[in-house]
Amino acid sequence: MSEKNRKKKGRYGEYGGQYIPETLMCAVQELTDAYERYKNDPEFIQELTKLFRDYAGRPSMLYYAEKMTKDLGGAKIYLKREDLNHTGSHKINNVLGQVLLAKKMGKTRVIAETGAGQHGVATATAAALMGIECEIFMGKEDTNRQALNVYRMKLLGAKVHAVTSGTQTLKDAVNETMREWSRRMDDTLYVLGSVMGPHPFPMIVRDFQKIIGEEIRSQLMEREGKLPDAVVACVGGGSNAMGAFYDFIKDLEVRLIGCEAAGHGIDTDRHAATVAKGSTGVFHGMKSLFCQDEYGQIAPVYSISAGLDYPGIGPEHAQLAKEGRAQYVPVTDEEAVEAFEYLSRIEGIIPAIESAHAVAYAKKLAPAMKKDEIIVINLSGRGDKDVAAIARYRGVKIYE
Amino acid sequence: MSRVKEAFQDKKALIPFITGGYPSLEVTKKLLSVMQEAGADLIEIGIPFSDPAAEGVEIQEANERALAAGCTTDKLFDMVKESRKEVKVPVIYRTYFNPIYTYGKEKFMKRCVECGIDGVIVPDLPYEEKDEILPMCRQYGVDLISIVVPFSKERIFRTAEEAEGYIYCVSRPDLERKGEKIQTALAETAALVREAADIPCVADYDSLEPEQGRTLVKIFDGVAVHSAVMELISRYGEACVPHVSEYVRKIKEAVK
Repeated sequence: MSEKNRKKKGRYGEYGGQYIPETLMCAVQELTDAYERYKNDPEFIQELTKLFRDYAGRPSMLYYAEKMTKDLGGAKIYLKREDLNHTGSHKINNVLGQVLLAKKMGKTRVIAETGAGQHGVATATAAALMGIECEIFMGKEDTNRQALNVYRMKLLGAKVHAVTSGTQTLKDAVNETMREWSRRMDDTLYVLGSVMGPHPFPMIVRDFQKIIGEEIRSQLMEREGKLPDAVVACVGGGSNAMGAFYDFIKDLEVRLIGCEAAGHGIDTDRHAATVAKGSTGVFHGMKSLFCQDEYGQIAPVYSISAGLDYPGIGPEHAQLAKEGRAQYVPVTDEEAVEAFEYLSRIEGIIPAIESAHAVAYAKKLAPAMKKDEIIVINLSGRGDKDVAAIARYRGVKIYE
Repeated sequence: MSRVKEAFQDKKALIPFITGGYPSLEVTKKLLSVMQEAGADLIEIGIPFSDPAAEGVEIQEANERALAAGCTTDKLFDMVKESRKEVKVPVIYRTYFNPIYTYGKEKFMKRCVECGIDGVIVPDLPYEEKDEILPMCRQYGVDLISIVVPFSKERIFRTAEEAEGYIYCVSRPDLERKGEKIQTALAETAALVREAADIPCVADYDSLEPEQGRTLVKIFDGVAVHSAVMELISRYGEACVPHVSEYVRKIKEAVK
């Protein structure tokens, strides 16, 4: 392959690329070659399909939220139940793929960053299953917010490092995992958790997550004989949204809506709404949209949701936003918490606070749509991990 | 020949690195002068960045403190321009790409020329992405300095053939971990660079002792002292100037 083509391959319009130190180029190239080799390998596909089915519990259900639909009085609402996957979120899809790939590559150790802890838990799970050593990097602040997930990872045999540099959140966890990878590439694969970072990560993670959208298509065709009118998903780095959107990008009649964390509001300085408030920059190996200042210093971001508390967005989302193919909307903490409580009561489903951002926007959208139209909300994760934080938010004291 | 290449004529070059604005812009300015006086042949200044992921946590802390002390890209440019009245050795910026990109690539290069910056090292701009600024660097006569690592023969060749100023050979921690003889690996890397191009080849030198420097300059055209000077600045803070001066003098003696 010519140099030019290889370069083009990791691009989504002007976004994407491989902005990483020379030291890491060797590791990234090795991963690219391995992925190219295995992605169409029948044995690899068969093994992964089996893991998806027997271990993760795929296909995940597409549930008709009848009470919610009636309550909102507009479009029909379906929930794609990624929260019912093993480990409780869509993150398992990607890690089964990447850890299996690591094993094929002869790696004996995986490392990963985590925000809310869902990707860390998923990685630790896959590593335990496949007998691979696992170390997770998590911002100190997030280890406090999500203490239960820290213990969960330890139970699964992973070593958890609390990252104390910078803002002590997800972006710093990514920095530290990159550092660790460049210190130890020979036996270690970095299992990146979202559709971000240098090429080939945005592509690999998307490929392992796109099954979400493929299932939505076939399940909805079976149930309703048509495609959804809108697919709604929350966006931090954007892996669950990309997984849900990807199969529909070519179907222009399907609206794709990503919900960003607006924290206290996009007119305050306490948010993580990258598309609404960010600008083009280069960070964490990719050209994309970032919350940053006039000198390109990455801004400290905020969201009640540790999983959306990231100052950037995957490059393919940046391109979808630029083309106008997908729409990105800000959702505040308060709206997300209300949606968290709403879905719990009306459908008996406690969503992850991340996914509650998507529920919140769908609540606004549905009444404005016709009754024969369909919204699919990607319910990317379950909310057990958030219960204590929501109680705190509401001023309720819980003694665990 | 660029001023950067000239600095390697008939001698082994010593290139100390400091993070700009750490602990303060005033100290950075003093350091430039005393390091030149103590024998630095070129000087690398880091533009502080919020997330210097290609460097260790010590340098990240220095970056954070420089930013907290109010250092910005503009203030750093101004300080360098001011210091150019005394500092005559080539000055190289080491910066992540985002500060250049956000500043505006062309505006950045214009300011480099205006303030006397001779070259830039951009650790997160590998061969694949260097076209982001290479044409503009050439237009404004600012050398884009490249980095190579051992055991990447094809990449070393490609990089060296198009390199400007000097080439940086950095070690690979994972090789050291595996017990590879890093000295031999670096020597092989330097040999490959020389096979591909006529360009000075520099190695990272991170010891406080002169002995390692003596060994390195047998292979390389110069040494860049990255973390050792920074360690002294961290240790002595505002009072670091004489310590850095003494150290640079000692290393220069060892490597000249």
